[in-house]
Amino acid sequence: MIEAIEFLLDGESWTRNNGLLEQLVQQLLLTFTALALAVAVGLPIALWLGHLGRGGLLAINISNIGRAVPTFALLAVLVRLEWPGNDPFGPYGRAGLATLVALLFFALPPIITQAYVGVREVDDGVRESARGMGMSGAQLFWRVELPLALPLVVSGVRLALVQVWATATIASLVGGPGLGNVIQLGFANLDRRSEGIAGAILVALIALVLELAAALVQRAVNPVPRSARTASSDQMSVLPPTVNTAGDPVG
Amino acid sequence: MGVTLLGAGVATVVSAREPKCYSRDVNAWICGDYWVDRQDEIIEATATHLQITVAAVLLGLAIAFPLALVARGLPRLESSVLGMSTAIYTVPSLALLPLLVPLTGLTKTTVVIGLGLYCLTILVRAILDGLRSVPDDIREAAVGIGYGSARLLLRVELPLALPVMMAGLRVATVSTVALTTIGTVVSEGGLGYLIADGQSTEFNAELFAGAVLCVALALALDLLLVLAQRLATPWRRAVSA
Repeated sequence: MIEAIEFLLDGESWTRNNGLLEQLVQQLLLTFTALALAVAVGLPIALWLGHLGRGGLLAINISNIGRAVPTFALLAVLVRLEWPGNDPFGPYGRAGLATLVALLFFALPPIITQAYVGVREVDDGVRESARGMGMSGAQLFWRVELPLALPLVVSGVRLALVQVWATATIASLVGGPGLGNVIQLGFANLDRRSEGIAGAILVALIALVLELAAALVQRAVNPVPRSARTASSDQMSVLPPTVNTAGDPVG
Repeated sequence: MGVTLLGAGVATVVSAREPKCYSRDVNAWICGDYWVDRQDEIIEATATHLQITVAAVLLGLAIAFPLALVARGLPRLESSVLGMSTAIYTVPSLALLPLLVPLTGLTKTTVVIGLGLYCLTILVRAILDGLRSVPDDIREAAVGIGYGSARLLLRVELPLALPVMMAGLRVATVSTVALTTIGTVVSEGGLGYLIADGQSTEFNAELFAGAVLCVALALALDLLLVLAQRLATPWRRAVSA
């Protein structure tokens, strides 16, 4: 344990070729690219379906399917296929494209499900009064549904972020990029075990930091501040929907 | 006559020499011969996978129940119990399993403990939500006709909380089946071994078998839980019918 911390504090282990820094940057790059792609693809579809009130079955089932497919299996198959294969892909490293595709697949379900539920669960009375005030469909969406759905939309992105970060670690199992390499290498060689422990600690710490940062963002976008909600929830007539948002552990 | 016999003989020799679909040259993804020839290996991997998954979910339930009861009984502890069980899911499995190795070695126990901990994220919340879904007047009525707290929990609250708890149990089970594959980093991954071996030795049929069986196992266990829930809550069927 002490050796692991020494390894983390040693500048050399960060800066050397294929050291911690390089792998960390790779993994962060993978995580945020995949997340941005998933938000760009999934969010408009989910919000639109929620606004129309259609496709609910699809939105719910997509997360059930995502859960049943092991990340490792999908990654292994993608790497063995003609495309995306395991060729190096720009700054993302070896098997970068396959990793990105797999991460995108696992980022979509929480984003789509939460955004859909967020819009759908907006109180019908609120929706009706907005229409009664003469709002058009677009106005209803931008001024009423979206602001009220925002906490859930953001919570979906937050779940996706942490899941994608965790999943990116698995890429090393198929020879891909990221901090999983330090962990695997460390645990494959007895005399480098402390490096493996150091890698595991680092990955878990960053996951926790990402989770906390995302939680702060989530709190900031909530239209009804926490204090107001608990103190005077009876008087607040318009509350954003809340849904149990436990994350799935994703390997 | 002799010529046709000779021709038939040549044909059998050729078909016997034809490479199996999982051989290096063909390396088909879907290969019936592989499933037949490696039957024992496949069955063993599936059995190990099932064993690890079931043990992990049961361990998760055994820890989650007392935690949920504590959280319900002592509201002051609730947010820390929920916070702790949620924090576990932020630890990537590839990091958690090796961290457990110094304690439990390269064994199934390591995987079971790791995956059992991951189940807590879902199960603690599901059990709490389930117990909360029991209407207060039903609880009051039970107390009114003389139920003590233990009997109230076992005979009234748990049965009524079952639908919500089962929903959580299904999610936990399905994700545990998928996660078990990662056990391969500590040499105990069940079907994960087929995936890892198929990937590293470029053996498509093996990789495909591991992946497909994993998904099938997840779906089968999910279905089993749905059926179990229907059997355990006959009153809900009566209401909906």
